[in-house]
Amino acid sequence: MCRTGRQPDPADADNGKTSDAAFAELLEDSAEDLYESAPCGYLSMLMDGTIAKINTTLLDWLGLEREAVVGRMRFTDLLTVGGRLYHETHFEPLLRMQGRIGGIALEMKQADGARMPVLVSSVVKYGGGGEPLMIRTTVFDARDRRAYEEELLRGRKAAEEARKQAEADRARLQEALAVLQQSLLPATLPPVPGVETAAHYCTASPDRLGGDFYDVFPVDGKRFAFFLGDVCGKGPQAAAVTSLTRYTLRAAALHDSDPVAALSTLNKVLHERYAAGGDPRYCTAVFGVLEPDPATGLVAVRLASGGHPPVLVLRAEGTADFLPTPGGLLVGVLPDARFVAATTVLAPGDTLLLYTDGLTEARTGEDRGSLYGDEALRAFAAQHAGRSPRAVVQALTVLLEEFGDGLDDDTALLALGVPAPAPRPDSHPDTDPDPATKSTR
Amino acid sequence: MSFGKLEGMDTDRRNNVTVTGNPQGRTVVLAHGFGCDQNMWRLTVPALAEKYRVVLFDYVGAGRSDLSAFSEERYSSLDGYARDVVEVCEALDLSDAVFVGHSVSAMIGVLAADLAPERIGALVMIAPSPRYIDDEDYRGGFSAPDIDELLTSLESNYLGWSAVMAPVIMGNAERPALGEELKNSFCATDPDMARVFARTTFLSDSRDDLKSVRVPTLVLDCTRDAIAPPEVGAFVHRAIPGSTLITLDATGHCPHLSAPEATNAAITGFLAGLL
Repeated sequence: MCRTGRQPDPADADNGKTSDAAFAELLEDSAEDLYESAPCGYLSMLMDGTIAKINTTLLDWLGLEREAVVGRMRFTDLLTVGGRLYHETHFEPLLRMQGRIGGIALEMKQADGARMPVLVSSVVKYGGGGEPLMIRTTVFDARDRRAYEEELLRGRKAAEEARKQAEADRARLQEALAVLQQSLLPATLPPVPGVETAAHYCTASPDRLGGDFYDVFPVDGKRFAFFLGDVCGKGPQAAAVTSLTRYTLRAAALHDSDPVAALSTLNKVLHERYAAGGDPRYCTAVFGVLEPDPATGLVAVRLASGGHPPVLVLRAEGTADFLPTPGGLLVGVLPDARFVAATTVLAPGDTLLLYTDGLTEARTGEDRGSLYGDEALRAFAAQHAGRSPRAVVQALTVLLEEFGDGLDDDTALLALGVPAPAPRPDSHPDTDPDPATKSTR
Repeated sequence: MSFGKLEGMDTDRRNNVTVTGNPQGRTVVLAHGFGCDQNMWRLTVPALAEKYRVVLFDYVGAGRSDLSAFSEERYSSLDGYARDVVEVCEALDLSDAVFVGHSVSAMIGVLAADLAPERIGALVMIAPSPRYIDDEDYRGGFSAPDIDELLTSLESNYLGWSAVMAPVIMGNAERPALGEELKNSFCATDPDMARVFARTTFLSDSRDDLKSVRVPTLVLDCTRDAIAPPEVGAFVHRAIPGSTLITLDATGHCPHLSAPEATNAAITGFLAGLL
């Protein structure tokens, strides 16, 4: 490294002499001068607060004359009213109890009426017998520091306010979302003669409006319609589609309860409302009609699917199979869509299970790397075949809970079954806990 | 002298109730004022413990009370604090106790005695003030802006509270050394709760409540008290018929700390004269 100028050498003899001289001068700094001109204020007080000694620094800060202070003023006389209140309620009791107190922020009055923020520390000097003799106090100028602290306090208050506001907003929003979500689902399912119904709705996130929907309602004196589906997307826009879908299907069914006709009507409505305007929104749905036959106890099912996963039929003897509805198109995409119908008959002990793909697309395994899948669901359903719809939904609810954070999407379940004449030993429909129709994880 | 902590009952835990002194003696309840906790009676308890059963507690929000029991609504009026007192008395099933209240607690005692006359049989009011703010002819010693200034003072001294003090107050067992390191830990209070107590204390007007006092009462004030000047003590004395006034030759608002002998003598003298 190259030096461009001459640097003083620390070992230089002349320089050593100079620092010795400066050091000697420092040593001669009198304790008295150090006290009077220290960069902080010093006070000595009697135990009642009467000021016995005060240094020049503090007198200068306050703009006071020594004669006016010593023996005439108490420490609290130097404080603002707020500072005095704080002194009496906090500073003094603590000083008495602890014998010392440090770093308390107070304000002192200056002669010109201005206020000077200070940090005050005090210790009590005790006599040989432990009796308190006097109070020694140091006062630090805290003007800059206080300005900074006030900014911090202001910031903290603002943050606190913002947090409270955000919490209130969030609570309000969640409440509004919950009400809206409720409005998209039936509060209760109507009683269907000769059929037991059970449903469950599992919201993946309380902050998001789900897009799944289901319903069961009477069509005429002897037939009941049901549907379950999944609107593409999430949030308020999906909820708007859900609402339109639900009420369209209900109205369509009253006009013509044929499942293919009902889905075709829905397709026209959604396409006209959204796709025709360049904003395609669509859903998948299964729509069906139940026709119980009181004479035989059998229930005829006719259903159609628009792009929705096939329903499962759980038989009393312990099997479960998909009821295929191949080729059905998503509802709302094309102006004229083709839907596929299928029929089956439910005998006592049989249950029809409708679900949304939140269930089959739940991520499973240690790394959440694989999907639950159709076959796993079919096997699970087979294990519970022969049990009541309520028991089946209950078992699936437990399964959903076990998926934990592997469940990304909302899941709707709807089970429609014909009660078995006598409960099997492993099935206790009456004692099954009520599988709440809706739940939030 | 043994200090026994009561366990099991909610009020005892909530208000950090301590019972000490002579179990056979008449019960004396010591109630701290704004700014501190039951620690401030440390020089008073020894003078009472031999003859009297002494009950100490912290108001909810102060000292080692259960901070989770704090409710801004309840403690925004002195009635809320008076209910603390009554509930402490009920939990211990006290009857005819002597209530010694410092500062704002003197007025809380008046309200509690009115709420539960069978529990409280006498009052000692140390440095009381039924109203701090001047009002027409009444001289409380402060203006409304003065009180705002106090609230500001409070805030400027609580900057480090949440980070440093909270674990101590909450009794953080994992860091026991923390309590020893902190110099000012005795009367540390959650700043939000302190603000509520300060507002409730200094904005209260309990002058009319003084008329309700029906029990023997000792009013203790100090010759030089910046918070409750002698005129205010005299006002309290005049408003409570039959009360005794003793003005201590003491400076400050806490004579039980600054002049403990004289304060203790006044209290024990009053207790000895009770039936």
